[in-house]
Amino acid sequence: MKTCGPRGDEFIGEGSRLFVVDIMAKLSDLKLRYRIFMKTYRYRQFDWRPGAVLQKSLSQSRITVVTSAAFFRPDQPPFDPSIRGGDYSFREMPLGADLVTLRIGHKSDAFDHSGIESDKNLALPLDRLRELKAEAHIGDVAPRHYSVMGSISAPARLVTITAPEIARRLSEDGTDGVLLTPV
Amino acid sequence: MIEKSGIPTVSISLLREVTERVRPPRALVVNRPLGYPLGAPHDIDLQKRIVMAALELLAHPVQGPLLVDFLEGV
Repeated sequence: MKTCGPRGDEFIGEGSRLFVVDIMAKLSDLKLRYRIFMKTYRYRQFDWRPGAVLQKSLSQSRITVVTSAAFFRPDQPPFDPSIRGGDYSFREMPLGADLVTLRIGHKSDAFDHSGIESDKNLALPLDRLRELKAEAHIGDVAPRHYSVMGSISAPARLVTITAPEIARRLSEDGTDGVLLTPV
Repeated sequence: MIEKSGIPTVSISLLREVTERVRPPRALVVNRPLGYPLGAPHDIDLQKRIVMAALELLAHPVQGPLLVDFLEGV
């Protein structure tokens, strides 16, 4: 049951039951210029088949996060919004990184930044992974995690330069599975 | 690229329409606005449930794209 606007997030009681209004992001919620871009944009599909699969149980697996929240540490250079087609570089986030001090390189106003500004775990859940490890739900948290910039309209260099380098480091760190968190 | 190197991946999706066009190996569709991939800031329990729901998909072999909805309160 949807009973109010596209972004309403209140709960609507009906008898003893609660209905959650659909608050998911939709292209139609975006500003017109993003909507036009995203409707007409030629999304790249990468042929990943045959896909990989966990080789051990999740409770024994080492996990890495790759986010497109464009986080960077105060001692790292910021992302460069002037690069045509998007800054395809990445920033390494050590497991011990102080999440509170991370900065955000996104210039895009296509999404609300306030959530990831107030809690970096919303996109880079290193604290959550540590807790899940302590609770024995996952085996381990990798020593290094990665942040890239989203909204990269020309992703060729991301695919040919950045992704292979991140993949190489994932193997080096003995990562068993990767969580990707776009914003 | 990462899958090709033998490591399974799972993505959070906030825009089903875009994910259906990109067709990644595995995606957990989260019913939240852009900018909120793990639900809500400082909601530790919700963030953990979303992370676990996503990570559990890593154990599924995939021939084509696997798109799963995260159902809150389940």
